Amino acid sequence: MSTVVETHDHGHHGPAKGLTRWLFTTNHKDIGTLYLWFSFLMLFIGGSMAMVIRAELFQPGLQIVQPEFFNQMTTNHGLIMVFGVIMPAFVGLANWMLPMQIGAPDMALPRLNNLSFWLLPMAFGILISTLFMPEGGPNFGWTFYAPLSTTYAPSTVNFFIFSVHIMGISSILGSINIITTIFNMRAPGMTLMKMPLFVWSWLITAYLLIAVMPVLAGVVTMMLMDINFGTSFFNAAGGGDPVLFQHVFWFFGHPEVYIMILPAFGIVSHIIETFSRKPIFGYSSMVYAMASIAVLSFVVWAHHMFTVGMPLAGELFFMYSTMLIAIPTGVKVFNWIATMFRGSITFETPMLFAIAFVALFTIGGFSGLMLAIVPADFQYHDTYFVVAHFHYVLVPGALFGIISGVYYWLPKWTGNMYDEILGKTHFWLTFFSVNLTFFPMHFVGLAGMPRRYPDYALQFADFNMLISVGAFIFGLTQLLFLFIVIKSIRGGKKARAEVWEGAENLGLEWTIDSPAPYHTFTVQPQVK
Amino acid sequence: MAVFADMSDANMAVGVTEVSKEIFDLHMLIFWVCVWIGVVVFGIMFWSLWKYRKSKGAIAADFDDNFWLEIGWTVAATLILVVIAIPSTTVMVKAYDDAEGEINIMVTGSQWKWHYKYLEDGISFYSNLSTPQEQIDNKMPKGEFYLKEVDQPLVIPINKRIRFLITGNDVIHSWWVPDFAVKQDAIPGFINTAWTNVPTPGIYRGNCTELCGIKHAFMPVVVRAVEQDEYDAFVAERILLAENEKMLTSKDWTAEELFERGESFYQTNCVACHQVNGQGIPPVFPALEGSQIVLNDAPRQIEILMEGVQGAAMASYADYSEVDIAAVITYTRQAWTNGENGDGVIVTPQDIVAYKNKIEL
Repeated sequence: MSTVVETHDHGHHGPAKGLTRWLFTTNHKDIGTLYLWFSFLMLFIGGSMAMVIRAELFQPGLQIVQPEFFNQMTTNHGLIMVFGVIMPAFVGLANWMLPMQIGAPDMALPRLNNLSFWLLPMAFGILISTLFMPEGGPNFGWTFYAPLSTTYAPSTVNFFIFSVHIMGISSILGSINIITTIFNMRAPGMTLMKMPLFVWSWLITAYLLIAVMPVLAGVVTMMLMDINFGTSFFNAAGGGDPVLFQHVFWFFGHPEVYIMILPAFGIVSHIIETFSRKPIFGYSSMVYAMASIAVLSFVVWAHHMFTVGMPLAGELFFMYSTMLIAIPTGVKVFNWIATMFRGSITFETPMLFAIAFVALFTIGGFSGLMLAIVPADFQYHDTYFVVAHFHYVLVPGALFGIISGVYYWLPKWTGNMYDEILGKTHFWLTFFSVNLTFFPMHFVGLAGMPRRYPDYALQFADFNMLISVGAFIFGLTQLLFLFIVIKSIRGGKKARAEVWEGAENLGLEWTIDSPAPYHTFTVQPQVK
Repeated sequence: MAVFADMSDANMAVGVTEVSKEIFDLHMLIFWVCVWIGVVVFGIMFWSLWKYRKSKGAIAADFDDNFWLEIGWTVAATLILVVIAIPSTTVMVKAYDDAEGEINIMVTGSQWKWHYKYLEDGISFYSNLSTPQEQIDNKMPKGEFYLKEVDQPLVIPINKRIRFLITGNDVIHSWWVPDFAVKQDAIPGFINTAWTNVPTPGIYRGNCTELCGIKHAFMPVVVRAVEQDEYDAFVAERILLAENEKMLTSKDWTAEELFERGESFYQTNCVACHQVNGQGIPPVFPALEGSQIVLNDAPRQIEILMEGVQGAAMASYADYSEVDIAAVITYTRQAWTNGENGDGVIVTPQDIVAYKNKIEL
């Protein structure tokens, strides 16, 4: 992509001083920073919960926590990682990068942007506060199946419902903002099919969010009614249907899964083309693949429910539709590899994470294909095999996508290169421990260990110890990541405008000074 | 494949039934398909990373699309999926057959135990975890079948088509026996079906696989498959036992007898929530020691045992015998300091019968 850019920045309006800068900011970069720090904080909170889980599972028997608290940990770990880490981190990256990638001065709706962010600390403040209440926090799994989450839930479930509503509003507002920005604020000449893939991935993701967040709000509202106002949506004793809950939840939940991976596809595409020094292979097929994944995501939801007793035709339909998803996903992987093929490849930290993303996300894809096969799923369902599967797509998948994006754009944000040796150390430790943690989960799952168990039979002891050791290393290693980010903010080798060799031809963001000035593209660039 | 079949601690159970073996083969088929796709795809990727590294002086080509290549790999991926889909569909149709069984067993999950009811023979019983709490709390060494043992396993005859009718009483549970490849959710208000036909006698162990509250990990499934004559003997014994139980109801019980029976019932069925010392885990599981109901309100206590508590974890125990319910109530009213502080009313099996009659009116 060749560009003509006005790089002047007059800087009349610097950031405000002190705390008000962050409270009242309408600047997309500030809000992006807030989102990213919030998500980082949540990563450590949700991660600590994972450490509690792994410490308890280190050996058979109950040592550290009782099952009641264990269930609160698994539930909140899931909720925080999904809604508090992966989603806000992608929104943070979108805030920072979308305007810069499409040549816009800011997001289309800056005040709404501020609101979207500040709703989040409220939502998670409410959620986490329930852990300190006498009855404890939500303990029914992040999928909160009724009636365990309604009739049999602690009364703090009402706080949980309120918190999910707030998160949902935040996501919907953020999505409206992103769609409006992309459609209205692209630089002249940037047609839809010239948009960077990260922008495309977010456009599709934002539509998914607007489509399914209201469904989530609906299902928690039905819970609220069942719990407090005597309705029986999910209560069989009142003529309701507990399976209805699962259908509605997964109609939200499956698109949600792709909400958590599509932006990573976008990020990784940019990184692979940058460090292969070769434009992305099959740009248009990449766009179509993401769009087909998004469309298919609405017709596969019941593959999470193969054991609820659907009719045979239903089981087969959802098996076939789920298998179809492997096609566009496969196409994306092939395209990434074709981009590397005959490139001129270097292995800086973002590239290492991106390569690991392609390899390990594909492994998660393989187990996903296996899980789609209904009869085999009878054996896999609700075991650690499923836990292994979704952690492979969410940790070395979504999270590696985010980490690679942070390394890739950090010099643009801070103006300083991160410490490459530390970055690579971070990568190798993370890569090693992530596999040590999640790969043996396939084995214990196949051998029959169900998920959400605070205690297990002796045959699973060895693998569980290994998994826990891996998890502790993984957890500690992320402190190194925090250190690297802070170090790069405080100083380091100065980054050039294009940061990476040849990147100035890859996107508008690389034509801006590093660090990016507080206001960018106050004069619209031209895209040819 | 034989190598992997032996790795019982790291691979899917081959199982003993026709369906479970077919599912295992299907699993290994998909596994190898994935492995070979992985070998090819990762092979090309790592070879490219090695061959075209800049440090070796690679210069980037500038192609960025190839229409026929895109079509080619899309078609290839589709064909592989079709190859997998065909055997999957065949096995699925076979596994998912809800025709009536020669023996039909109602399986009911409740917090946190399984209830089995043989529809033809009319016998029924609960199946509770039998691993002692001390093993779970690491106060004594763990046994070989830690968390995979129950007081009364489900007993089925071999070489008979058994149909399971699976439902739930409170929250959703899921009944899983890996060796039969049977996993079905036990959902309140629904009756799901599953079937098996076990060719070899043996003890088969499984789990609850749907999160159902704090004791989710502590309600295993154990099935004993036996020869037909052994099964017949088992049924006869259970019928006799049920009759004896009925006779016990009309017997005159002393407080000591009730206390003793109640204590053992309490240890099996109540300690999970109300704890050995009767302190419960407030606020979710209330203490029984010092509770006003247990101290002074026997009628309400009977009602709670029979009906459960709406909106709380306390389930109905009405399926147990009148003797057991009377015994456990009497026990809790005498145990700990309750005997000294309460009204000391002794509840007899006849009281439970009277309650039942009153409700039916």
